[in-house]
Amino acid sequence: MKVSNISWKIGGEAGFGIMSTGAIFSKIFAKKGYYVVDNNEYPSLIRGGHNAFTVRVSSNEIFSIDKDINILVALNEETIKLHQEEVTYGGYIIYDENNGDITEIKKARKDINYIMVPFSKIIAELGVPRIMINNVSLGASVALLNYDLEVLRNIIRDIFGRKGPEVVSFNIKSSEFGYKYIKEKLKINAYELEIVKPVSKMLLTGNDAVFLGAVRSGCKFYAAYPMTPSTSILESFASAENDYNIVTKHAEDEIAVINMAIGASFAGIRAMVATSGGGFSLMNEGLGSAALTETPLVIILCQRPAPATGLPTWSEQGDILFAIHASHGEFLRVVLAPGDPEECFYLTGKAFNIADTYQIPVIVMLDKYLSENHFSYERFDFKNITVDRGKLLTRSKDIDAGYKRYLNTEDGISPRVVTGIENGIHIANSDEHDEYGYSEDGAFNRKIMVDKRFRKIKKLIEEIPPPRIYGPTDAEITIWSWGSCKGPILEAMNILNQKEKKVNLIHFTYLYPFDGESIEGIIEKSNKNVVVENNKTSQLAKIIMMNTGHRIKNKILKYSGRQFLPGEIVNGIEQIE
Amino acid sequence: MSKIKSKSLRESYDLKPGDFNTERKPTWCLGCGNYGIWNSLKKTFVKLKLMPHEILIVYGIGCSGNGTNFIRTYAFHSLHGRALPVATGAKLANHKLNVLIMGGDGDGVGIGGNHFIHTCRRNIDMTYILHNNKVYGLTTGQTAPTSDRGFKTKSTPSGVLEIPVNPISLALICGATFVARGFSGDTGHLLDITKKAIKHKGFSFIEVLQPCVTFNKINTYDFYRDRIYKLEELKDYDRSNLNEAIKKSMEEEKMPIGIFYEIDRPTYEDGLKQIERKPLVDHMIADIDINRLLNRFY
Repeated sequence: MKVSNISWKIGGEAGFGIMSTGAIFSKIFAKKGYYVVDNNEYPSLIRGGHNAFTVRVSSNEIFSIDKDINILVALNEETIKLHQEEVTYGGYIIYDENNGDITEIKKARKDINYIMVPFSKIIAELGVPRIMINNVSLGASVALLNYDLEVLRNIIRDIFGRKGPEVVSFNIKSSEFGYKYIKEKLKINAYELEIVKPVSKMLLTGNDAVFLGAVRSGCKFYAAYPMTPSTSILESFASAENDYNIVTKHAEDEIAVINMAIGASFAGIRAMVATSGGGFSLMNEGLGSAALTETPLVIILCQRPAPATGLPTWSEQGDILFAIHASHGEFLRVVLAPGDPEECFYLTGKAFNIADTYQIPVIVMLDKYLSENHFSYERFDFKNITVDRGKLLTRSKDIDAGYKRYLNTEDGISPRVVTGIENGIHIANSDEHDEYGYSEDGAFNRKIMVDKRFRKIKKLIEEIPPPRIYGPTDAEITIWSWGSCKGPILEAMNILNQKEKKVNLIHFTYLYPFDGESIEGIIEKSNKNVVVENNKTSQLAKIIMMNTGHRIKNKILKYSGRQFLPGEIVNGIEQIE
Repeated sequence: MSKIKSKSLRESYDLKPGDFNTERKPTWCLGCGNYGIWNSLKKTFVKLKLMPHEILIVYGIGCSGNGTNFIRTYAFHSLHGRALPVATGAKLANHKLNVLIMGGDGDGVGIGGNHFIHTCRRNIDMTYILHNNKVYGLTTGQTAPTSDRGFKTKSTPSGVLEIPVNPISLALICGATFVARGFSGDTGHLLDITKKAIKHKGFSFIEVLQPCVTFNKINTYDFYRDRIYKLEELKDYDRSNLNEAIKKSMEEEKMPIGIFYEIDRPTYEDGLKQIERKPLVDHMIADIDINRLLNRFY
């Protein structure tokens, strides 16, 4: 059957390579120009527990995974129990009867095809390690899709080449066996994807894109403490630090992390940190230190369900009000929330320029869904990220005698220096200070300095684009959302806009400062407003209320630790009266 | 190998300790140990022919932290307990800076204790001067992590129940490569060890016994004068012997001052290939080519 779109899922016990198998499946298709989005689900442990990896492949542009699975690879019985209801009408489940008798389970779904592939027997026959079951399943999946096995072979060579020819050989042998088992033994020909222009696409996560954007922006110091789902950024930086002259520091805790980055930024280089909510809680006092000393800083906040340890490996958008208000006292910061990896890339570039220009902390918010799942893109044009360091002085001769680090300027932004140049001596002071940086608690001075720091907002707000509108302008229902909900909402709109109700989306990537005036016109004109958020308390709706006085009553909220699927948004919208 | 880089001005160096004064006058109590530390530090800079702009001092919060306003160098007045990581970041960004850290006992082994442990083992080339007055002065007299057992303060009216943290022993077992103790009542001696500490390549730590004349009536100048003796005066003391140093650090009745321990070990910076050629801060970042990184994602 020719299709434009298929969803594939593999499930099994944690610790047996489910994630890398899924990632290879994604790669097979991105390599040949298909659009790919994937999603991994795993528990916070190393062995045991259930892992699943979903890949959606399409010959047209897609924005998220979907609920309906065409092919489910079940490496154990539990996978069938947990996921067979997700399999679409006429879909396929690949399983091994050695993993348990599924006669009873099968009865629940007479509309789908159960394909028995004796993984364990094949592995034993080939005399290869048990983990090769993954490759047998990949080969079988490629066969079911009538796809080119050579693409898989090449990817195996790419990935395992370093481990030597023997490893490559039994990986390939196993996948060939799986392929032939379907093609020659069972002679099943399930789906065939429509052909696309075979131009390879990149496949990357939001974290990958943040990393790329940061390196392009000239980030020279990256500090972190491992915390899911931010950890891959640390590993990426560590892998590139020698080639790109970056110091990556895995510090003793997140308090050290943020303070090291502040020190590095104070010395004159671009510095960044990343963490999740728990680490960000520890960073709060440091955030204020960056603000009062007017030290530029970029903080990546990869959210996960909280409070406390919460659901470490799952997704939620629960920290936006926290980020906006984090740390004691009142100060200016910018909070960004990219909706997909492409936005992660360019907004990271933007974050560095804003931090440098306004000498303030900038927080970029992702969540597990965006941080860890892969999306396909054409190559990023990195020339679109340019570097603007604002009023940073690097040469002593450009500085007059009597240099004032916190000069009370019209735009509130004072000239900053690279530490160590002769005429730039000053105090960066976390105590309230005068223009030179000396500690100063006078009432008159305090007001001047608070006003100076907040005055930056005038220029800043002009730089902040209004939220982006997707879909028809004359829609009957307007969705308000932010960050990673973008993908599932765009998918839902595709479905909804083929029906009667016309829907559009106002998507925020700049969440603070929030320009209420820029949206008042839209919010008043639209017939019905609804927020879609991955949290319990509709935090965007609260921000809109705070800044415009408008209450958005309709809410589609999800806080199960899982991101939205398009169908859930479609259902939610259809229920709005 | 000395890390102090000679600049063009070095030959004609004519700065005096007073040139490191700022326009602000110290606000410490009359007789405060901070004056002794302040004076010996300025003299040390002159002895080492350092220019104010070649020095970065990162301060914690407390009476010692208020010194931010009284010494003319680059300064970062950080948060309580966070001076060490700020200094670490700055040093890694520009390892040509001479970086010092000033903080009190609460800052260093109380709220910032975790950073102290890890900075010692990192062996980054900077000098940490911990002002130990065994009491919280700026908050007007509560117990410190270095207060002696039984010491009565506003927060421990019946006497401290814990035994004190010993900063010297802690620095030794955590891997600091230069560990010394000075006394703010002997600025000549303090100057000498401060000079050696700054010249030492690696993490140098100095605990300064510093009487708080207002809130600590026990650990006074006389208290220390009666107890201290100088390690330099011991004929057979081996400064490269860690076990010996730890043993010395545990002495309480008579308190040694001077250099307990001094060894050469590769610094953290020595292990960073990416700063071998030049400091991070000297890199151009205007148009970084990330094609090689993009290729990873195909």
